[in-house]
Amino acid sequence: MPVITYREALNQALDEEMARDESVFLIGEEVGEYNGAYKVSKGLLDKYGPRRVIDTPITELGFTGIGVGAAMAGLRPVVEWMTHNFALLALDQVVNNAAKMRYMSGGQFKLPIVFRGPNGPAEYLAAQHSQALQTYWAHVPGLKVVAPATPYDAKGLLKSAIRDDNPVVVLEGELMYSFKGEVPLEEYLIPIGKADVKREGGDVTIVTYSKPLKVVQEAAELLASEGIQAEIVDLRTLRPLDEETVYRSVRKTNRAVVVEESWPVCSVGSYVAWLISKNCFDVLDAQVEMVASEDIPMPYNHTLELAAQPSVAKVVAAVKKVLYLGE
Amino acid sequence: MAERIPMVALSPTMEEGRILSWKVKPGDAVKSGTVLCEVETDKATMEYESPRDGTLLKLIRQEGESVKVGEPIAWIGKPGEQVPDDRPQAAPLDKPEGGGKPSSSPGQKPPTPPPESEKAPLEKQPEKAPSPAGRGRLEVPVAEGGIVKSSPLARKLASELGIDIRRITGSGPGGRVVRRDVLRFQESAGKVEGGKELEGERAVVAPSKPAPVLLDQEIPVSGMRAAIARRLSESFFTAPHYFLRVAVVMDGLLDARSRYNAEGTQKVSLNAFFIKLAAEALRRHPRINSTWKGSTIHIHGSIDIGLAVALPDGLITPVVRNCGGKGVREIDQELSVLVDKAKKGTLKPEEYTDATFTISNLGSFGIEEFTAIINPPGSAILALGEIRKEPVVTEQDAIVIRRILRMTLSCDHRVIDGAVGAGFLRDLKGMMEDPFRILL
Repeated sequence: MPVITYREALNQALDEEMARDESVFLIGEEVGEYNGAYKVSKGLLDKYGPRRVIDTPITELGFTGIGVGAAMAGLRPVVEWMTHNFALLALDQVVNNAAKMRYMSGGQFKLPIVFRGPNGPAEYLAAQHSQALQTYWAHVPGLKVVAPATPYDAKGLLKSAIRDDNPVVVLEGELMYSFKGEVPLEEYLIPIGKADVKREGGDVTIVTYSKPLKVVQEAAELLASEGIQAEIVDLRTLRPLDEETVYRSVRKTNRAVVVEESWPVCSVGSYVAWLISKNCFDVLDAQVEMVASEDIPMPYNHTLELAAQPSVAKVVAAVKKVLYLGE
Repeated sequence: MAERIPMVALSPTMEEGRILSWKVKPGDAVKSGTVLCEVETDKATMEYESPRDGTLLKLIRQEGESVKVGEPIAWIGKPGEQVPDDRPQAAPLDKPEGGGKPSSSPGQKPPTPPPESEKAPLEKQPEKAPSPAGRGRLEVPVAEGGIVKSSPLARKLASELGIDIRRITGSGPGGRVVRRDVLRFQESAGKVEGGKELEGERAVVAPSKPAPVLLDQEIPVSGMRAAIARRLSESFFTAPHYFLRVAVVMDGLLDARSRYNAEGTQKVSLNAFFIKLAAEALRRHPRINSTWKGSTIHIHGSIDIGLAVALPDGLITPVVRNCGGKGVREIDQELSVLVDKAKKGTLKPEEYTDATFTISNLGSFGIEEFTAIINPPGSAILALGEIRKEPVVTEQDAIVIRRILRMTLSCDHRVIDGAVGAGFLRDLKGMMEDPFRILL
């Protein structure tokens, strides 16, 4: 099976879906002539032309609104935000229009639209450009939110997102674009709303999604060398949540640690931790632990920047806490 | 936040422990694992290690005091933290409503209302055979100052295994009982109870060394056993016992019984005769049918005679009420119903408490004669031995064979003086040998 990057996997998904369905088009800043700020849309302008790969001014609210209108009119727009930090400007179009229109029209309008771009901290980007904002989207009824952590999941989920008749927010990651992984040649889809057990184990459940999966996987290997077998549940979709896969794992291990890179207050992770506490109460042998980013604006200082985010050491410590090992 | 440190079960069967000596004093910094005190358990002297880090703020219980498992013994918290004055502590663990909801929020709570006297909860419970189902059910662990810290899984597991979680020492943060604690407790209890498994293991592991014939065992004290222990100790060490012994010629009574049984459809038990005859003698000697009350002696109007019945683990005394006004057949019918219930463990408290006089009969075991411990609130108990044929020298100096019963009356000397007891026993013997005397 070919090993490709996350960036290439997304590119394949866009390419395949644009080829498959003429109503699919890409719109955003630098998606055309520049081949994408992160080269996700590389080659698409050449292949599909300027009517389907549209460069916009720096006007997030404006081009997001154009996308929403196009979706209502029957097209299948893919709106690329250069990063989710800038997407805050488009919040009104997503929250008040995209998420509501199907409901408020009594089903007369479908909103087959995808909003995508990098989310979460990268490096040396400081407070305004280094934020994990999934909570903003996952909070809103009417939206679907996916957060693939591997090239395989990224391709399968983006293709499903484009084919979905509802607005779907796709959370990518600047540092993830160069992640590599096996992606089959033949076409496949990954259903929205299905979590994936990335590692099986009987001692503790670690629930995570998006970029921190890598940190969690490293932590799991370290723990395995100490005889602790962690089961990793990759949520992949944040809304709708695949609760059952999480519960099944926690019922097996009796312990849960939730790991994410957003701030902890009102986060997806805190919500998942509450769900576990509520629905697995009788089988828990310890409190549900959470590893998130520190509750601070991202420091520019690199040492502090790293210290503010989930790390292997933090995950290992949380796991040992729920296993009552050491101090 | 300061936390009450409870007495924990330092052995699987420990229900209370005596603090022999404190190893730390208020103001001392302690770490998890620091020995707080030495505790004398039911088996041995154990070191009680601190379940948490902090500063010992205050001792709630002093050296020499016995503390039930779950009751607080000390406060541990941050240096200088104020803690409430919560001595003396005797909050009942087995609150009658304990089977319901936790009565306090897990947070800090003002000290519990003034505790009742330490004995109160025990005395309130009738001494009945506790039903196995009732014992096995997990009661909501209400300890002093809030609930026992435990994980939901640990509670569920303990409940499934029928273990009272209060008896488990928690190894989690702040002494939280977690799964591994329940499993360890189960394992250690299993070693004690699973005698057969051990025997097998031993045979495999050390075939050359002959295994002991019996195995060391720790048997948990059942509610009934605890009641027997408490009541009889109290009786024997409080009431000054003395014993009067006579031999009774039983031929007359036995022949009469044979005759009546031959004509009736239902055989009347010998015990029914004994109860009837004792009742008649008590009627003539009401001082025997009484209770020591300290400043008064209560003479009972009703003659309520209990008969000791042996059970697989323990004994119980079903009581035939108001025997003075009943005939032998009536007594016998009531007795057979009561004995049946006693063996099934379905006696109600009013059917086995407050006997004013008790009879214990070990004749069927071939016991020649024995002495019994008075069963309170009665003041006397009659112990009956085996009826056996013996050579007897008659008034005419002839040696004849007679069926003889030897019986011993135990009396509480506070109530019954020797001559009073002897008078009763003489009349009883007379009526047993010549039942016509009842008419006199």
